[in-house]
Amino acid sequence: MPRMTMIEALRDAMDVMLSQDPRVLVFGEDVGYFGGVFRCTAGLQAKHGENRVFDTPINESAIVGMAVGMAAQGMRPCAEVQFADYVYPAYDQITQEAARLRHRSNGMFTCPLVVRMPTGGGIFGGQTHSQSPEALFTHVAGLKVVIPSTPHDAKGLLIAAIEDPDPVIFLEPKRLYNGPFYGDHSGKSVGWAQHPAGDVPEGHYSIDLGKADIRREGSDVTVLAYGTMVYVAEAAADKSGIDAEIIDLRSLLPLDLGTIKASVEKTGRCVVVHEATRTSGFGGELIAEVQEACFWHLKSPLQRVTGWDAPYPHATEWDYFPGPDRVIRALQKSMED
Amino acid sequence: MKLNFPHPPARPNETPDFSALDIPPAGALDVPALDIAAVDSRDYANGLIRVLNENGEAVGPWADYIADLDSEALLQGLRDMLRMRAVDKRMLNAQRQGKTSFYLQCTGEEAIGCGFQRQLAAGDMNFPTYRQQSLLIAADYPLESLMGQLYSNDLDPLEGRQLPIMHSSREHGFFSISGNLGTQYIQAVGWAMANALSDNGQIAAAWIGDGATASNDFHAALLTASVYRPPVILNIVNNQWAISTYTGVATGGSRTYAARARGYGIPALRVDGNDYLAVAAVSRWAVERTRAGHGPVAIEWFTYRVAAHSTSDDPSAYRPNDEAKAWPLGDPIERLKTHLVLRGDWSDDRHVQTEAEILDGVTAVQKEVEKHGTFVKPQPTSPSTIFKGVYADMPEHLRRQRQEMGY
Repeated sequence: MPRMTMIEALRDAMDVMLSQDPRVLVFGEDVGYFGGVFRCTAGLQAKHGENRVFDTPINESAIVGMAVGMAAQGMRPCAEVQFADYVYPAYDQITQEAARLRHRSNGMFTCPLVVRMPTGGGIFGGQTHSQSPEALFTHVAGLKVVIPSTPHDAKGLLIAAIEDPDPVIFLEPKRLYNGPFYGDHSGKSVGWAQHPAGDVPEGHYSIDLGKADIRREGSDVTVLAYGTMVYVAEAAADKSGIDAEIIDLRSLLPLDLGTIKASVEKTGRCVVVHEATRTSGFGGELIAEVQEACFWHLKSPLQRVTGWDAPYPHATEWDYFPGPDRVIRALQKSMED
Repeated sequence: MKLNFPHPPARPNETPDFSALDIPPAGALDVPALDIAAVDSRDYANGLIRVLNENGEAVGPWADYIADLDSEALLQGLRDMLRMRAVDKRMLNAQRQGKTSFYLQCTGEEAIGCGFQRQLAAGDMNFPTYRQQSLLIAADYPLESLMGQLYSNDLDPLEGRQLPIMHSSREHGFFSISGNLGTQYIQAVGWAMANALSDNGQIAAAWIGDGATASNDFHAALLTASVYRPPVILNIVNNQWAISTYTGVATGGSRTYAARARGYGIPALRVDGNDYLAVAAVSRWAVERTRAGHGPVAIEWFTYRVAAHSTSDDPSAYRPNDEAKAWPLGDPIERLKTHLVLRGDWSDDRHVQTEAEILDGVTAVQKEVEKHGTFVKPQPTSPSTIFKGVYADMPEHLRRQRQEMGY
């Protein structure tokens, strides 16, 4: 089985779908000839032609608005927004148009599109190249929201997203593009070539949207995480010696509440972690669901670790990023009561 | 330093004044080659294509261009417009009686949608605004569906999901209307790109009002249409008013909206939208050009919004009550009628009779549709439809919420 980076796995997913389905189109800023600023689409235009893979003007509303029209007319657009931080001009098209077209037209028109975007920090990107806006999309009826944490999942989830009959927001943790990140920026970086999750099957396979993955079984406490924070949680568990059950949600909407519920009922404790800001973040939703579903099983108050409620900083990035030490404190607090 | 704040020529209790408008004579502009480039379309973008002159005669090259449009085709146009006006009249009345929560007329603009639609073919798709119900009328959309939507009863194809007048009919080439202005303009470009990529011979037609040309997606659409050159007609209906806001607030220093489109590198024409023959001629030309693969074209339809913006609006608060009567380009129905009478194909008596017959027909359908429920006597669809079609397959959390609701 070939070993790939997440970038290569994403590219492979698009390559597979472009080869298999003539309705699939890939486009965005710098996506065509050059292959994207993160190289996710490198070589795809040369292989599949300009009709299938092309560059767009710098206008996110245009990118998604075109995708809505194409999708309604039978295409399967997979559009790239260069950074999640740039998606806001397209928010109208995503939330009012793509998300609602099936419902408002009573099924006469549908919108099977994917909007890919790199999310999260850890690359000294400052406030406009580091954001995690997932909660702005999970709040919208009609959307699906996906975020992989491994090359294997990235490929399978992206294929599932392209094949899905409804619009999917596909968030790519850019700190994981080239390797897992355990939250220690000064440590030696590991590439996907050295990690088993870099094993990516060839050809077509898909991972159902709405299914979480238990990354590590444990009995002390359940950790709900996604994207980069899955590895930070692993590092925190290793360092603290706490036997945490780590669940990689993979899909935030729809949410795999069954897997979450079974785990929290087993451990009786739960810590929610995400990189996005705290107030009205997706962690709040997770905590509400867990307390509603598992209240009588809980042994201690639910904890959450998030980014601070401040813009993502450039120079002081590692004081902002919710690293392993903060997760350890939350795990310990959860275990105290 | 002094800022510029555009103002309309007249406010309430002032005398309507359109003297600043430059209205060239009918027949002044010729018919350009189908593959005209933006750079060569200056006269069309700044001028005004007109066919019917003040006497009701069809004159000039555009009249010759549609010389084959026979009396029956023109009478059909007249009947379309009369039907449109009758529907508006009855539905406004129904709203006043509380039978529907909302309505919005297109009075004075009937020629644009009616004339344009008759030039399209099956499979072509309009991306309309809420004031293009005339497209549906000329597409022979069943009045039962149209009125059912307004009453949100069991004849409503959208099952009560949408605000009245936000119609949708794929079969009749009418894309689902959104309440967010401008969003459909760029979607039409994407749809047209899909047409080109699948080589299906179909075209798209985007619609927008003068006010919404200020929206981001108008500019996104003009730019992308200019870049990729898909088969799309970019229509701008300039009816002078965006609710209470004078069109000058959207035009700024540009001379015309067509000129703005031309600035994006798209050939653009400006047309007398109250002249059914000019609408038919330019629509036919634009459809032919677009279907032949010469890329996008923009058309500014110059008209006047005679009625209120909607039933929630009172235009007497911001413009003279008699301004519509002073509109120098007249009324589209009256002008076509005059022309047909002049040709010997029509008479005042036949007009009065036809108008009454059409109104009776519309009223008869209305009575039948009202038996299925109105806002006064609602027979709404099941509340469980709220959850239907949010996704193709209902996810677990929606299933739980539907159960919580009791369905």
